[in-house]
Amino acid sequence: MYKAKKARRSIWIRTVLFVSLLILFSGCSNEDNSKDSKSKENKDTAKAQSRNIVVAIPQDPDFLDPHLAEAAGTREVLFNVFEGLLKPTETGELANALAEDYKVSDDGLTYTFKLRKNVEFHDGKTFSAKDVQYSYERLAGTKTGKPLSSSFSNVASIEAPDDSTVVIKLKENEAFFPVAVTAPVIPDGYEDSNKKPIGTGPFKFVEYAPNQKLVLEKHDKYYAGLPEVEKVEFRILPDQEAAFLAFQAGEIDIYPRIGTEKQEQLGDGFTSVSSPQNLIQLLALNHDKKPFNDEKVRKALFYAVNTDELIQGVALGKGTKVRSNMSPIMDKFYEKNLEGTYAYDPEKAKKLLAEAGYPDGFKLKITVPSNYQFHVDTAQVIVEQLSQVGVKADIELVEWSVWLEEVYKKRNYETTIIGLDGKLDPYQILDKYLSTADNNFFNYRNPKFDKVLGAARTEKDEAKRVSYIKDAQRILNEDAAAVYIMDPNTNISFKSGLDNYKLYPIYVQDISAITFKK
Amino acid sequence: MSYMLKRTSTLLITFLFIVLLAFFAFRIIPGNPALSILGPEATKAQVAALEKTLGVDRPLGEQFLSWFANLLQFDFGKSLRFGESVLAMIMERLPVTFSLATAAMLITVLVGVPLGVIAARHRGGIADFLISVLSQLGLAIPSFWSGILLILFFGLGLKLFQVSGYVPWSESPFLWMKSLFLPSLAIALPQIAILVRFLRTAIIEQMELDYVRTAHSKGLGERAVMFKHVLKNALIPAITVLGMNYADILAGSIVIEQVFALPGLGRLLINGIATRDYVLVQGMVFLIALVVILVNFLVDVSYRLLNPKIKLK
Repeated sequence: MYKAKKARRSIWIRTVLFVSLLILFSGCSNEDNSKDSKSKENKDTAKAQSRNIVVAIPQDPDFLDPHLAEAAGTREVLFNVFEGLLKPTETGELANALAEDYKVSDDGLTYTFKLRKNVEFHDGKTFSAKDVQYSYERLAGTKTGKPLSSSFSNVASIEAPDDSTVVIKLKENEAFFPVAVTAPVIPDGYEDSNKKPIGTGPFKFVEYAPNQKLVLEKHDKYYAGLPEVEKVEFRILPDQEAAFLAFQAGEIDIYPRIGTEKQEQLGDGFTSVSSPQNLIQLLALNHDKKPFNDEKVRKALFYAVNTDELIQGVALGKGTKVRSNMSPIMDKFYEKNLEGTYAYDPEKAKKLLAEAGYPDGFKLKITVPSNYQFHVDTAQVIVEQLSQVGVKADIELVEWSVWLEEVYKKRNYETTIIGLDGKLDPYQILDKYLSTADNNFFNYRNPKFDKVLGAARTEKDEAKRVSYIKDAQRILNEDAAAVYIMDPNTNISFKSGLDNYKLYPIYVQDISAITFKK
Repeated sequence: MSYMLKRTSTLLITFLFIVLLAFFAFRIIPGNPALSILGPEATKAQVAALEKTLGVDRPLGEQFLSWFANLLQFDFGKSLRFGESVLAMIMERLPVTFSLATAAMLITVLVGVPLGVIAARHRGGIADFLISVLSQLGLAIPSFWSGILLILFFGLGLKLFQVSGYVPWSESPFLWMKSLFLPSLAIALPQIAILVRFLRTAIIEQMELDYVRTAHSKGLGERAVMFKHVLKNALIPAITVLGMNYADILAGSIVIEQVFALPGLGRLLINGIATRDYVLVQGMVFLIALVVILVNFLVDVSYRLLNPKIKLK
């Protein structure tokens, strides 16, 4: 009995203390919450009407300030809030946005932009050339000495001679410069973008609740046709299963980057689209580690990996084979002639390995970021394929932040499977292979490649420029700089009540285009 | 008084140890907060600039001392990832996790006690057998999986509950309860199983004691004996077990918050770990540990006050 009494006393004391401590803590937070819940109430009354949609995104934005944001996952959201002088189209070309028109001087060094008139920022201020000058000088770091974007490193000066003209002078000719002025324009002198972003885009920022959601609302004064969607909530759902369940339950309207298998599980009431996404999935080989410094070994691995089987088995057919670091979606710049190279040939792989001095194969480690199930699945099939030629591969799963630190930054790895994001500018797609590039985690060094890609950057003649870009792809292929696998399709599913979902060759959710079916 | 002195000094030593552990354990793992924020497209200069802004480029010792000095003034610093005050972020999410854990506790008692009684009363019967099979299952199924099953069944199949998201109490108490029901049930399932098994054994033990025979012989009915005498005594150890499992329940809610996308402490902690938000994780680990240490300390001290015979080992 004594024991029981003691236990009873103990549990009572514990409970009372615990509860009082917790009440103390939650009491402190009550005041902050009341404001929050009010805005939530507003949102919910609005939800009763129909023109609001919810889009699932897997992670928090890195920065709300569009000039600081680097993560693709942030840019796809901010695309709706901000615009540059130009903006990308579905085909990867550039269209006029805040600029009405632009001219390039004969020497290619001076760009003169005529600006659109009667454009309003989300806070009601009228857009003018000063805003462009401020924004792009902020990116170039001309005033601060701290550039925020490398795309503007070649800019000599940015001037605003009158309210509707902007003149940008370059230090040297750069053929792909217009891609840089897709960068967001923010109001002149505005420094609070990270708390309350203000742009000129079709949607304006409403609220951001970390770990929960980011809400945007239609910008009533948008110049180029009002979107049908009134309000969009980007709901942050890191767990894919949870996101999928919420999608099936109808709590989410658009589920971007849904897995192929999940897409096939969906029943009626959902529409799915799938298209190449300008992403290159590859098995990167660390050229500074033996035996990957040997071209024969790299080629052997390329021959030993059966890409068709990977596309069928891992991507369920929804992927496009690539043989160099360029997706066929980059139509004009894509080198088609490489398509037949490195056809699956285990015998040839064995022969090359023997020539390189590894007749019995060797061991290697594939480091894979564990949050990308697609790459993990690919790794498992590749392990099996490599074993056919005597190469014994082990998979090492690492957290994403470990991958960034160890593989990407410190280059401390043997091989890794990763997807490299595409850009509109083919130079920016390939520049990570330059000998001096910061992010050349391949440790690939070839002076010939450096020269060709450098020439592509400054060449004024379009046809020649295209041929340089193609040459660069060919060099990567010949050197077997990496084992190129595929451009896996991006899959998007949405409720069938929605229409006109636009697919871009870059990471973008264009909410302004979406319409509701009658 | 020497007892209090001893106990306080162990408290301080534990406290210091926690501070050191919270800071250094997490730094040993590879990873870089600036790189996690910026992602793979950032240039080296951008990463270096952000590291400088965040202050993670300073020597580890210096970072520790400045963190510790602020901690003593109850300033937990600002999250590296979100730039907000760590304490404010924790306070904002505490109600979610707390109500989840409390709801789970409530469900456990409401379901577990009747089932335990039924199993004990029909010992060896079909009801007992069924309950024991179910509790075996409840123990074996991890809560994240039962969570998904619950979503599939109640959320997608019957469409009775929403699948994700949280509605605060201040907005609608009914929706608040609805949004917490499935996740707290998922956490409660293994706890119910534990309670049922414990209670069943305790009741059966009590039934064989002399006072039960006395109660029967003075003419009390089966029900009266069970509810007036046996259950009272059997509940004490069972509830003690449950109380000790409160930490388990809190830990369970960390996992379940992921499955149901609830914006509680668990989401915050896991997010902080994944993005190497040192300041946030340090603050959370410290605060959680602090609450546990303080509660234990106060319990021990009050034991001593209630029963001066207890000595510190």
